[in-house]
Amino acid sequence: MPSSLVDGNSLLAIDVGAANTRAVLFDVIEGEYRFVASGIAPTTAEAPFKDVAEGARNAIMNLQKILGKTLLDASRGLITPSQSNGSGVDALVVTLSAGPVIKTVIVGLLKDVSVESARRLTESTYTRIVDTIGLSDLRKPDQQIDSLLRLRPDLVVITGGTDGGASLSIQKLLEPIGLASFLLPEEKRPSVLFAGNEKLEEEVKSLVGSLATSLHFSPNVRPSLETEDIDPAERELARMVVNIRKRQMKGVDLLDLWSGGHMLPTAYATGRMVRFLAKVYSSKKGILSVDLGASGAVIAAGFNGKSTLKVLPQFGLGENLPSLLNHTTLEEILLWSSLDISPGVLRDYLYQKSLYPSTIAATREDLAMSQAVARQALYLAMQSARRDFPQNIASIKPNLTPLFEPILAGGGALSDASRPGHGLLLLLDSIQPVGVTTIIIDQNNLLPLLGSAASQNNILPVQVLESGAFLSVGTVVSPVVSASYGATILKAKLNYENGAEARVDLKYGSIETLPLASGETGKLTVQGLRGADIGFGPGRSGTIPVSGGALGVVFDGRGRPLELPSDAVRRRELIKKWNWTLGGE
Amino acid sequence: MQAPVNHIIGLTSIVRERLLPVSGNVLVRPNQKVTPNDVIAEARWAREHVLLDVARILNVSPNLADRLIRCKVDDRLAAGVEIAVGKGLFPRSVRTPREGRVVAVGGGQVLMEAGEAKMELRAGIPGTVIEVIASRGAVIQTAGALVQGVWGNGRIDSGLLVNLMEKTDSVLAVGKLDISLRGSILLSGMVKDAESLEAAADLPVRGLILSSIFPSLLQKAREMRYPIMVTDGFGALPMNSAAYKLLSTNAKREVTVNAEVFDRYSGARPEAIIPLPISSDPPAPREVETFAVGLQVRMRRPPHMGMIGSIVALKPGLSTLPSGLRAPAADVKLENNETVLAPLVNLEVVG
Repeated sequence: MPSSLVDGNSLLAIDVGAANTRAVLFDVIEGEYRFVASGIAPTTAEAPFKDVAEGARNAIMNLQKILGKTLLDASRGLITPSQSNGSGVDALVVTLSAGPVIKTVIVGLLKDVSVESARRLTESTYTRIVDTIGLSDLRKPDQQIDSLLRLRPDLVVITGGTDGGASLSIQKLLEPIGLASFLLPEEKRPSVLFAGNEKLEEEVKSLVGSLATSLHFSPNVRPSLETEDIDPAERELARMVVNIRKRQMKGVDLLDLWSGGHMLPTAYATGRMVRFLAKVYSSKKGILSVDLGASGAVIAAGFNGKSTLKVLPQFGLGENLPSLLNHTTLEEILLWSSLDISPGVLRDYLYQKSLYPSTIAATREDLAMSQAVARQALYLAMQSARRDFPQNIASIKPNLTPLFEPILAGGGALSDASRPGHGLLLLLDSIQPVGVTTIIIDQNNLLPLLGSAASQNNILPVQVLESGAFLSVGTVVSPVVSASYGATILKAKLNYENGAEARVDLKYGSIETLPLASGETGKLTVQGLRGADIGFGPGRSGTIPVSGGALGVVFDGRGRPLELPSDAVRRRELIKKWNWTLGGE
Repeated sequence: MQAPVNHIIGLTSIVRERLLPVSGNVLVRPNQKVTPNDVIAEARWAREHVLLDVARILNVSPNLADRLIRCKVDDRLAAGVEIAVGKGLFPRSVRTPREGRVVAVGGGQVLMEAGEAKMELRAGIPGTVIEVIASRGAVIQTAGALVQGVWGNGRIDSGLLVNLMEKTDSVLAVGKLDISLRGSILLSGMVKDAESLEAAADLPVRGLILSSIFPSLLQKAREMRYPIMVTDGFGALPMNSAAYKLLSTNAKREVTVNAEVFDRYSGARPEAIIPLPISSDPPAPREVETFAVGLQVRMRRPPHMGMIGSIVALKPGLSTLPSGLRAPAADVKLENNETVLAPLVNLEVVG
């Protein structure tokens, strides 16, 4: 048995999601941290419970049943630290994504500068921007006041002014915020974050300090016109979101107390983990995490020191589903369906599902619709997130998805995929990765919990990541090429560790696989034809080490961007064939 | 596993909190009997605000402007009243552009509220006031039949319940609406066209209880001035048998339709309440249930969406569904005696 590298503290992580609450235990097994088990229960943020701690306790109770170990005492309080009789845990972290979308007003000076930074900052958490106040706003101050009173925002994010720069203009913009807050009942006043010209702190305090529910400051997101630094403000905003949730939902304060004040919004914890991984891998390629669930899509990407975090409630698969039609059409969603479904039936599905976000597809037709909706929602979320990716990142073509290694995916949408192949095809269709990448499914949705745990224990995330708690689907090879259907676009040879070899000729429009089990590695030699580029350059060949997974090495020869046949019958047949190739039905 | 509950109950105690969205005056007292149309609280609120930048208009500093301003907070001013005059031989002055009330003075500015409107909160249900919530509203208790729905257009009204449904999948059509139905609340099945909603408004009716509505009609339904409550969902769905039986057997009774917008966090739901005479208070409905054999449930997703049945067995572990997904499930015996496998998350307890 290897000697222990850690001091043996067990850690319980709770994730309060929009639909479900999970309790996950990490503990030391054979000297290293491991994911032990998870218990799940419906989230109790909504009526009649209106207390998220209740769902957390239920999830812990279910975890207790699996573990055969006591974690809660007779009064349903958490036993901490762990006791000599084996009961209890040593530490607890909590992540939270449940709760109504946070109505936010952003304030900045220039539309393309500070207002844009405010937008990017605000979209890093569970918000919806309901109004924007800036220099280009033609409304009078009293009209802005009336708008604020009507909208009743939960949060106001103020940016603007480079350090030592504009001050008078910002003061003018703050007046309507202060006056509207003054007119609102005390319990309805917004929390305010000021992330602008640092010299204005005192002015801001005097204008809105006594009128906001809480006033927070963070370093300027735009210290100069050319520089944007959102990370410190994101951290402050994450804490503010927890405080807003405390006001909105009973039980949040108790869970925050249990965690010693370490509760984080789930998306922020995911972003933190992706930043950490980007540092560990420090590859030329980026690292991507996508999570699609009831409360929204979360896209986190890390690129060699830079990171992007986007929370997109408009693409959530829960109560916001009908508003997906503000961003796409029924016909576009149905392009992804393997079954012949009418737009009317899909429309009814979207509305009905929004009534009951936690329900699941029991029939094949329902599953086809839920998977088609998930594809389009994640596709749109990726398109939206890509606009905020940094410049000059590794890519094959600037209009395509950048090069990522690996891609991590989680969320309820993937839990709804009955087989790994279903999940993989959903990711290939919506993310449309290029080149060579490993796809990892976070089947237990551990990534945010590890990001949250990192604040208390920085060894735990590394050891759990290396322990196989995530499902590696395999290595995906996606050439960028344009050819006619059926034309050979790539020849590949996989050399296994045992000396055996396997070959594949990839035809345009098809998906092929070569077996390579989880834990195995091999050498893949690829020759691009007809100008196919997998990152070596158009038509060039190369040899790379690859690692295995549930589906081995997958070759996606459908071209980028993926264009589905316009003929509905042929398209549906192809989707079925692709599903079948990846082990689906 | 805890189960969501949808109330469809023949006789129960119903306690409802009715609150103003802003502070106001409560007009009722504890133990007072109220009818649905009684105003129990009222508030005045300003629709618009006017910000007068006196310092800028007079071209003086904010401090000096504060000294020149002649009005104070809570002053009610008519339009054209002079509120500040500058200095000099030909001084400029600042006048109120509209009638209104001064709500803030300072920093060289005057903020007024204008366009005051009165808001009245009605009881919504007949019953007894059991608690007054200062400045906001009251809690009212009644006893009767209760049917909760899934969608409402935010309106509330009361009237005689008239049944236009011959069966659970009846469709509301313009031809079914005649002048004899004026002032009634109609139990009217599914609605597929805007003309039926408009015809009901023309009569006018006091409310519609629908089994389902086409999503394309939701905006039109929101515009209607009478309450519309949907019991089962969107598209062409029949009414669940429990709601249909309860409502159709209570035809010709007074019913209140409170078509509140469904809010999963506050628990607000559209509902129909039929007050019934009682000799003693019936039990309050159970808000929390745990899935168990014998419970009456409604299917929330296909197949069999909307059908009522009872749990005959809770399956151990995870069960594989026709879709291929695996989930905790139960065997449910439907009213047609067919027994089907259903994931627990797709069920809600009816009762």
